[in-house]
Parts: sequence; structure tokens; C-alpha cells
Amino acid sequence: MEKRIGVYICHCGGNISDYVDVEKVRQSVENDDNIVLAKTTMFACSDANQKDMVDDINNFNLDGVIVASCSPKLHLVTFRNVTERGNLNKYTYVHSNIREQASWAHSDNKEGATEKAIHLVKSAIAKARHTQPLDPTKIKAEKSVAVIGAGIAGLKAALSLSEKETHVFVIEKEAAVGGWVAKWKDLFLTDETGDAIIKRLYEELKKRQNVTIFLNSEVVGNTGSIGNISLKIKQKEEEFDITVGSVLVATGFEPYKPKEDEFGFASVPNVITLPEFKQLIDHEKNTLTYNGKPVHNIAYIYCVGSRQPEGENTYCSRYCCTATIHAANQVRNKFRDIQNYHFTRGVRSYGKQELLYAESLQGGDIYLQSYEDGLPTVFARNNKPVVRVNDILTGGKELEVEADLVVLVTGMAPRSDNKVGSLFKLPKGRDKFFNEIHMKLRPVETVIDGVTIAGACQGPKTIIETVNSALSAATKAYSNISKGVLETDPQIAKIEAPACIGCSDCLPACPFDAISMARQGGKSIAVINNSLCKGCGMCTPVCPTDAIDLIAYSNVEIMGMIDALV
Amino acid sequence: MAIATKKTAKILVFSTEKISDPAIDMAGLMKLHYPPTVYTITVPCSSGIKSKWILYAYEKGFDGVFIAADGSDCVYGESCTEKTGKLVTKTHELMKSQEIEPARLRMAAICSVCSESFVKQIRSFNDYLLKTLHPES
Repeated sequence: MEKRIGVYICHCGGNISDYVDVEKVRQSVENDDNIVLAKTTMFACSDANQKDMVDDINNFNLDGVIVASCSPKLHLVTFRNVTERGNLNKYTYVHSNIREQASWAHSDNKEGATEKAIHLVKSAIAKARHTQPLDPTKIKAEKSVAVIGAGIAGLKAALSLSEKETHVFVIEKEAAVGGWVAKWKDLFLTDETGDAIIKRLYEELKKRQNVTIFLNSEVVGNTGSIGNISLKIKQKEEEFDITVGSVLVATGFEPYKPKEDEFGFASVPNVITLPEFKQLIDHEKNTLTYNGKPVHNIAYIYCVGSRQPEGENTYCSRYCCTATIHAANQVRNKFRDIQNYHFTRGVRSYGKQELLYAESLQGGDIYLQSYEDGLPTVFARNNKPVVRVNDILTGGKELEVEADLVVLVTGMAPRSDNKVGSLFKLPKGRDKFFNEIHMKLRPVETVIDGVTIAGACQGPKTIIETVNSALSAATKAYSNISKGVLETDPQIAKIEAPACIGCSDCLPACPFDAISMARQGGKSIAVINNSLCKGCGMCTPVCPTDAIDLIAYSNVEIMGMIDALV
Repeated sequence: MAIATKKTAKILVFSTEKISDPAIDMAGLMKLHYPPTVYTITVPCSSGIKSKWILYAYEKGFDGVFIAADGSDCVYGESCTEKTGKLVTKTHELMKSQEIEPARLRMAAICSVCSESFVKQIRSFNDYLLKTLHPES
């Protein structure tokens, strides 16, 4: 039976139709083979249009639907759901992006934008001609979640999960929960200290019947996939297995450790890092002393291990400007005769953190600034550290501060121990923190189905941002398993058995060990494990007989699209 | 509104759903213009592109093919860069054997925020293709 395809071309208010002649696009495709319906619509995503689409699917007996509108990142799922409501298989839906990749990209050339939109819609039609109804892969899901790491992210995520119908396993490498926050006292925006917050969360968690906490424990093995993940846990000398449906990784960060002689670290006396300074002010009583000598002048050098011009730490660590200003205010309020000098590269105290900055200025702190090509230098004079800078705020004037103590404002670095990342094959970004699928639209999901990430293992975060991320990851982790049954996209590799010559070239190409050799029809051929295949397609170009296609990205679909785009 | 009349090269871009697609989308959002005869086909990962698709594009009339590769950001793992490089090398060899200038296939790592880099690469590729294939334009 011939395909019956309906095409909807969206004005997107005027976002598309201001630059693309949508009526011309419609006329260009309405008489194409298989097209039984071609409409323009002001807003394809509106409730009214969605209802019309459902009616059209039924009235015109459509078996394929295309919407030409914005990026699929925004509305692919929306329109897949519409086709399902019209009793069509959602994988027969094809999306065409004529906003970001036509009207906006070529707003300087209406004619060109319209021609491009026509080609893009025709290529979507070419793909839609070959789409097949597919069944999502259904997997039984264990209703339990493993939370790896019991810092503030792990604890908040575990508490959130424990309120749902699931068992929660919290796995912590250290002998105690709490991570870095448990070591901190005063925090900004709350009167509660870091260790008190952790204690409160831990006490609450211990009361929950559906929570098991493993301390001194590490995950050392991982098999299975989303819905049924078996984890081998090593607790001291003992090893045991647990089975979970989903894993939430919250392994946190490490403070950046300066290299020897980096801003005088380990080579000039009285140069310490921000974490060391915070410990010092928490533990010192009436008078601030370091190495037995009183401290009055404190120089803070910002962006140590962050925003480096070269190397791996080119990112901003986000929390350190605020943490430093907070510590500087705290030290000025707690001890007498303190003068703070901040050697910054521009203060990033966003949102409510500006209040701290204002308090610091009102308290008499002095701010100096330099660019990355004129960083401050630290050297010793009379056994004291001296910081010198050409301060851009005073027209590049060379200024020196003879300090009693120099605090290197060290940022967050990814954990050097990447056992968990390697175990779950979690991708890392250029900053070496774990990478989410999309920083805005899928911010806690990883490409590994069923594995979410939370907190500073994903990148530098403040406590507030960490908790937000943990709650989001907990919700996502639970949504994976909440029904006890899982549906996954069936867009996986498929081997045409008769064409396979059993060379096994595809086995090493697969990064997920989803291909193995098996005897079939009297010969050895490659077979795909559907539950392990992630649909990357890395195996497809290496096959000497072209026996492997990726479902939805097959030769016939891609080459049909090329035909339509020329 | 000025209408561009200059001939532009026909370029097929293989882009990846999770990494380079967002960059190309953002180029549009930022109104960073590039020739409208640049068309994108989305694949999950740049190391899953088949040489036969690239050769087919030349056969059908595309001037150039550009692989907007995942690079080290690939969500499917670190081996992507090496594998994509291998498939480009293999395709270059096939192009030579078919007397197609290998320079008509370009690859660059385009991360999810590399919109400006994408547009710069495409404009440069377009200029090259026009100069070598359509010197009359």
C-alpha cells in the first residue's frame, strides 16, 4: 500500500513566514508522490493545530506525518505524541527544521531561505516514505535507584527518591557522608552551618525504611542496562551485588591543587589555598594567626585553576568569587584589624551574591583587577609574601601589597579518580567533568540510558545549584523506572544476516560491546544485543559488505534525502 | 532586505543530533548567515557516516560535503574522533580513485556551542568550492 503522508508547514507566528514563503513551500510539495495533505499553520504546536492533526490523521487515513517548523530539540516529542493520539505509530513521524536552519539562518535572503525550506521539506518526505512503524523496546525496570556519592547532591537526591515508590541505595566511598559541605561552617544565605545541614539530611535519611546506606563502599562492577543494572559493591574487603533500575551519579569535585610555585604556592611563605583558609578561620579563635604570627593584611588571588588561558582548566568555577568574598567578610567580622585585598580578573558574584560583594565594599575591602596576560606575581620579601600587579582599575599602575597571608582562590576540578566514569562509560566534556546530553533541554541525563548526573561531578556549582541539579536528577532517575516497565527508542543497528560474511570487523567498532558473533544458518555472523546498542552507528561504516544499517538512518533513507536536497 | 544573488556552492553537511546540530541551530538563532545552499542531514554520531553516502552526494551534484564532527565531545565515547578521522581518510582514497578532488570533503569538530566556528568553516569551504569548481561565479 502506498504511503499517505500529511505535511504541516508552520508560520511560527512570523519567525518562519517573515523570511520563508510558506505558501510557496506548501505548493511545491502538495503534488509530490505520497502527499495527500499539505497545510500551512500559524502555530503547529498550538493545541488547536494538534487537534486538527489528530483529526486529519483519521479523516485522511494518514500513515506518515511531517511538521516543518522549529528545531526538533523543541517539538519532536510533541508531534510524536500527536501522531500517537491519532493512532499512528510515533516513529512514522518526521520532523523538518525550517526555522533555525532556514528562515533564521538565511533571513538575509528570503528567496534562498524559501528554496532551502522547500528542499528540506522534500528531504523529510523522502525519509517519511521509508519510515516503518516500530515498537519501542520494552524492558522490565527494577524499582530501585543507586545514588553514588553521599555529598550534599547525593543526600538530597536520595531523600527526594525515598519519598517515591522505590528503594534507594546510597553508596559512599568515605567513612562518613557529607562530602565537602560537611567540612564547611558558615554558609551564605543561611544561618545553618554546612556540617549542620549535612547532619540534618543524614538523620532524616536514616529514618527512611526504603533507604540503604553503604559507607566505605565503592562500585567496582557494572553489568546490564537501564531497568536492570547489576552493581558490584566493594565494602572494605567484602564484595556483594545489588540490582537497580537506574543510577544517579553524584561523585562531586576536587579542589584545584596549585602547581609548585604557581603564584608562590609551596615556594613563598604564607601562601595557602581557599579551602585551607576556610579551615583556618573556622578554627582560629580571638586572633587570626598563621605559623604563629598575627595576620592583618590578606591578599586573595582569584581564578587559580580557573579561567586559565591554556590547558584543561579554562572554565570558570562559578562558586569561588562568592566563597572568597564570603570568607573575606567573615574574617573581617570575626577578627580585629583585618584588611582584605582582592586581586581579581573581574568579580562574578551574580544574583543575590551581589549582596556579599556590596557588604565587602562597604567593609573597606580593596579590589584590584588584571587581565589574563597580566596576572599578579607573588614573591617573598623579608620572609613575607608580596603580591604585585598592574591594576587595570587604576590605569595599569603597578601596585604592591605586602601581605601576612596570600590566599589562592582555587576553583573546582574534576575528580582525578575516574573509576565511576570509566565503569559507566560516562562521556566527559572538554573540562573533564561528566557531560549531560544537552545543557538546557536534558541537563541531568547522560547518553547512557538510565544514568543521570547531579551536582559538581557535572561541572562547578554552588550549593544552591547543586541541590537544584540533585532534585532534577532524582526526578529523572525515578521517571525512568516509575512504571516498572521501560520504553526505549528502537533506533538501533540492524544486521542483514545474509550479507554478513562473519569477518567480525564491527565488534571492535562498537564502544558498548553490543555486537557478538553467533552461529546462524550454518555460518558465523555478527548479532546485535538490542538492549546494549545505543544507536551510534559506529559499526555501520566498517562493514565491508554494507550489511549493517541503523534503523531510521538506513541507506535508503539517507540516500533518498540526498536525492531530495540536490 | 537585500537579496543575495551571488552563486553559492551546494554543500551537504552531515551533522550530529546531540553535538553539532545544536551549534547549527544556534547559528540560525544568532542570525549568523551562511549560504542557503548548505543542507544538513542529521545522524546520531559522525563516526557512523558511510563513505557511500558521501560519494553518492557528489554523484548527485553536491559540490562539497562537510562533516560537522562530534570531536572529543561525542556522547558515545572518546573513540569517535579517531573513527571519524579514519572514515574521512578512507573516503578521500575512494574519492581519488573516482577522480574526485579530496579537498571537496572537509571535516571539523563542531561542538554544541561552536556556531561561529561552523559558519566560518562553511563560508571558507563555500569560497574554496566556488573558486575551484565555479570560477565563473
